Amino acid sequence: MGRNILVIEDEPNISEAIGFILSRDGWRVATHANGVDAADAVRSRRPDLVILDVMLPGRSGYDILKELRADAGTADLPVLMLTARGQAKDREMAATAGASRFMTKPFSNAEVLEAVRDLVRE
Amino acid sequence: MASLNLLIGVCLVYVAVLFAVAFAAERLAVRGNSHWLGSPLIYTLSLSIYCTAWTFYGAVGYAARSGLEYLTIYIGPSLVMVGWLWGVRKMVRIGRSQRITSIADLLSSRYGKSNLLAIFVTVLAVIGTTPYIALQLQSVTLSFAAFAATDPSVAMPDDSNLTALWVAAGLAFFTVLFGTRNLDANERHHGVVTAIALEAVVKLVALLAVGIFVVWGVGGGVAETMARIDASSLGHWEMASGRWSGLIFLSAAAFLCLPRMFQVLVVENDDESHLRTAVWAFPGYLMLMSLFVMPIAVTGLAMLPEGSNPDLFVLTVPLAEGRTGLAMLSFLGGFSSATSMVIVASIALSTMVSNHVVMPIWLRINGTGAMVSGDVRHVVMLARRLSIVGVLLLGYLYYRVSGGGTALAAIGLISFSGVAQILPALLGGLFWRGATRLGALCGLAVGFALWLWCLFLPSFGADVIVPARVLAEGPFGLAGLRPQALFGIEGIDPLVHGVLWSMLFNACTFFAVSTFTFPSPMERLQGAQFVNVFAHSNTPRGWQGGVAQSEDLMIMSQRILGAGQAQALFRNAAQQQGLPGYLPEPTAEFLQLLEREMSGSVGAATAHAMVSQIVGGASVSVEDLMAVADETAQMMEYSSQLEAKSDELIRTARQLRAANEKLTQLSVQKDAFLSQISHELRTPMTSIRAFSEILRDTDGLTVEERGRYSSIIHDEAIRLTRLLDDLLDLSVLENGQVSLNIRQGRLDEVLDRAVAAVLQGGGIALRRDRAAEAILLETDIDRLSQVFINLIANARKYCDAAQPSLTIAVRQRDRVVTVDFIDNGSGIASDAQEVIFEKFSRIGEGKAGGAGLGLAICREIMTRLYGTVAYLPGQGGAAFRVTLPARALMAAQ
Repeated sequence: MGRNILVIEDEPNISEAIGFILSRDGWRVATHANGVDAADAVRSRRPDLVILDVMLPGRSGYDILKELRADAGTADLPVLMLTARGQAKDREMAATAGASRFMTKPFSNAEVLEAVRDLVRE
Repeated sequence: MASLNLLIGVCLVYVAVLFAVAFAAERLAVRGNSHWLGSPLIYTLSLSIYCTAWTFYGAVGYAARSGLEYLTIYIGPSLVMVGWLWGVRKMVRIGRSQRITSIADLLSSRYGKSNLLAIFVTVLAVIGTTPYIALQLQSVTLSFAAFAATDPSVAMPDDSNLTALWVAAGLAFFTVLFGTRNLDANERHHGVVTAIALEAVVKLVALLAVGIFVVWGVGGGVAETMARIDASSLGHWEMASGRWSGLIFLSAAAFLCLPRMFQVLVVENDDESHLRTAVWAFPGYLMLMSLFVMPIAVTGLAMLPEGSNPDLFVLTVPLAEGRTGLAMLSFLGGFSSATSMVIVASIALSTMVSNHVVMPIWLRINGTGAMVSGDVRHVVMLARRLSIVGVLLLGYLYYRVSGGGTALAAIGLISFSGVAQILPALLGGLFWRGATRLGALCGLAVGFALWLWCLFLPSFGADVIVPARVLAEGPFGLAGLRPQALFGIEGIDPLVHGVLWSMLFNACTFFAVSTFTFPSPMERLQGAQFVNVFAHSNTPRGWQGGVAQSEDLMIMSQRILGAGQAQALFRNAAQQQGLPGYLPEPTAEFLQLLEREMSGSVGAATAHAMVSQIVGGASVSVEDLMAVADETAQMMEYSSQLEAKSDELIRTARQLRAANEKLTQLSVQKDAFLSQISHELRTPMTSIRAFSEILRDTDGLTVEERGRYSSIIHDEAIRLTRLLDDLLDLSVLENGQVSLNIRQGRLDEVLDRAVAAVLQGGGIALRRDRAAEAILLETDIDRLSQVFINLIANARKYCDAAQPSLTIAVRQRDRVVTVDFIDNGSGIASDAQEVIFEKFSRIGEGKAGGAGLGLAICREIMTRLYGTVAYLPGQGGAAFRVTLPARALMAAQ
C-alpha cells in the first residue's frame, strides 16, 4: 500500500497541521489550496487518499468529489471529507457525493490519524 | 290735487333709486364687501315678495268682501316658518348641497335628474305664474288710473294697456339687467335681492302710514276705529272652517311651491342660519302688513261712494282725504309690491325655462351637445334673457286677454292652487325614499288636469272658455264631471272644492304609482341624498372615472362656466390630486364636482346630460346601490362600522402575511447566518486545537517549531476574538442599540488616524489632497474612523497591483461630503459589487483574513451616521465612496 496523501484545504494553518500530524506518522503529504483545479491535482498526483475540505475557494468540495467518483480512475479512491459546518444536512450531502468518511472541524489529531489509517487499510 | 306728471316723476325717481341700489349692491358684492348684503335681515325682507300687490291692495279688498278671511293668506306661511322650520331648513340644505337652481330643478334632481319632470313643473309654473304677473300689471295700471282720475288736468288715460306695456317693458329691462348678471343661478343676485329688500321696506312703511292715517287721522283713535269695525258687518267672526283651513293650507303650500318663493327662500339663501332670524321676523312682517287691513277696509267702505273698488282703498282713501303725499307713498308701496314680485318671478321662471326647455332643445338641435363650437354661456344667457322677456310678455298678454276685470284675490288663489300641485311630489321627494319619478309625474298630471278643469278654466268666467252649460250640467251632460261639483258633490265653495279634489287625486296618484313602480338607480341615489341630507351632505357618487377625457371636459366646462372659473376649478382639482397643470384625472369625485358646478348654471338634468355625453354614460356603482339599499341611517352607520371592521381585518391579515413572510425570510437568513458563523468559528478553532494537540502530544519538537506553532495558535485566537468582536459590533449596529458619540472633528485628522492604524508598515502607496480634506465634521468620529480603517485595510489586503497605491479623494458639494478610496488593483467584478456588503461575503481568493463582516459593518455604521458607503464602479480599481450628508457637516472653515 502506498502512503501518499493529498490534502485539499484552503486554510494554510489547517493544512500545515494535518501535514505535520500525518508526516509524523510516516505519510507523504502534499497540499493543494484551491478548488478550481483540485480534481486535476488528484489525477496528476494519484494519491492513495484525499483529505478534502468542503468550503474551498472556486469550487465546492462536493462538486470535486462528484467529479472524482464519476471518473473510473478515482471512483474508489478513499476520500476523507472535512467540514466546518457540522449540520446533519452537510453530512448527508457528503454521503450522497460519495465521501468515504466525514469529519467535522475542529477534529482531534488522533481521530484524523485513525481515520486515515482505516481508510487506507480498507 | 295730485298731478299725474308729478306721480310719473316720483315713479321714475323711485325706479332710478332701485337701479342705483341694485347697482351699488352688485358693486359691493363684486368687491367682496357683501357681509351686510348677506345679512339675515336682507334675507327676511326678500322673503316679503310673498306680499305682492295682491296683498298690498287686494288684502283690503278681500277684507271688504269677506271679512277676516284675508288673514288665512298670512297664517299659512307663518305656520310653515314657525312650525315647520325643520322642513324648510331641509329644503335649503338640499338646495345648497345639490346646487339647485329652481323648484323644477329640485324635483328633476330628486327624481333621477329627469328633464321630463322639470319641463312639466316648468310648464305648470309658467301657467300658474302668468296670471299672477298679469295681476301685478293690472294693479299698477289700476292704481295709476286711480291717480289719474283725481287729476283734472289730464283726461282719463284711455289706453290703460299702454301703461301695462310700459310697466312690463321696464320690469323686463330691470330684470334682464340685474337678474342675468351671473350665469350661475346659484350665485346670489345681490343687486336684485337688495332692491327687493328696499321695496319690502317701502311697501311696509306705505301700508303702515296709510293705516296710521286711517286710525288716527280719519277714525279718531284706536278705540273709535275698533268700535267702527265692530259695527260693520266685516267684524263678525264668520269662520267657515272648511274654507279657512283650505285657504291656510293653500297659502302654506304656495309659500313652499311658488317658484318665486323658492327663488328667495332657497336659491338666494346665503347662509342656512339666516332662517333662524326669518323664523320670527317673517311672521312679524306679515303681522305688520295685516295690522291695518281691517281699519282701512272699514273706513273705505264707510267713506267712499258705493261701488268703489275696494281693492284700491289703500290708495283712494288718502286721495279722497286730499293727502296726495300719502297717496303717493301708498302708490309707491303698491308699485314696489308689484315690481318685486314680477322681478323675482321672472328670474325664477326664466331660469326654469332656459335650463329645462330652451337648453335641452338647443343642445339636441346642435347634435353633439357638449362638443359644439362656440361659447355655450352666451346661449344660456340669451335663453335666460329671452325667457324673462317671454314671461313678462305672457303676463302682459294674459292681462290684455283677461281684460283685467275679475277680482284680484280670486286670480291669486287660483294661481296658488296651481303651483300647490307640486306639493305632494316635493314633500314626497324630501321625506319618502319610495317616491318615484313616475309617481311624481302621474300625480302632477292628475292634479294639474283637475286644477285646469275645476279652477283655472272656470276662472275666466262662464262662456269665456268653459261654456256656461258645461259649468252647470257637466261636459256632454255628465253631471258627475261638472267643474265645480265633481262626482255630484255640491255645495262646497268652488275654490275649496277644486283644491280638495285636485290635491287629493294628486297625492293619491303620486303615492299609488310610486308604490307600484320601481325607482331607477339614479333616483334611489338622489332619493337617499335628499331624504338623508342632514345625515350625509355629500353629493352622490354617480360617475365612474377614468373614461372621460379631461380635456374635453375642460373645453365643455369653459363654455358653461367661463374660462376663468373653469380653469380655476380644474387647477384646484388637479392640485388636490397632486398633479401639475390644469387637467385632473377624471375621477368620480371630480366629475361630481364638475357636474354640480355646472348644474348651478344650466340645471341638474342638463349638466348631467352634458357630462354623460363626454364621460360616456353615467353609471351607478355597486357601492352606491349598497349605500342606497341600507334603509336607515343606523344601518348606514352599522354597515360603515362593519366595513371599517372588515377593512381592519384585511389590513391585519395583510400585516400578518407580511410579518410571516418576513419571519420566514429571517429564519432562512438566520440559518444561513448560523451556518456561516459556525464555519467562521470552527476554522480558527480547528487550527488552535490541532496545534495545541501537536504541542501537547508531540515529543522532540524543535524550538522553532514550538515557537511557530504557538504563534499560529496565538494568531488564530486573536482572529477568533476579532470575529466575535465584529459579530457583537454588527449585532449592536443592526439592532440600532448603538449609542453614537457625536462630536466635532476635522476630516483630515480622522483620515490621518485611520491611515496610521492600518499602514504602520506601509504596504500601499497613498495619495491624498490635504487641502480638500480640511473640512469640519460633526459626527461620530470614532465610528467614521472605523469605516475608513476598514476600507484602507481592504485596499491593502486585496489590491493586487504590482505597485499598489490608494488614492483618497475628498469632495464637497451641496453640503454633502464624499470621500473616495480608489486603489489601482483589478477591482471587483460587477456581479460581486453589491454582494460584498453582505455579511460573510469574501471574494478574495486564498488570502485568509476577516470573516467578511467588515463592509457589512461599514454599511451599518454609515446608515447610522445618515450617510452611505457604496462601491464606485469604473475607477480603474476597487473604489469605495463614503458619503456624509449635510447633517454631519459644520460650515467649512
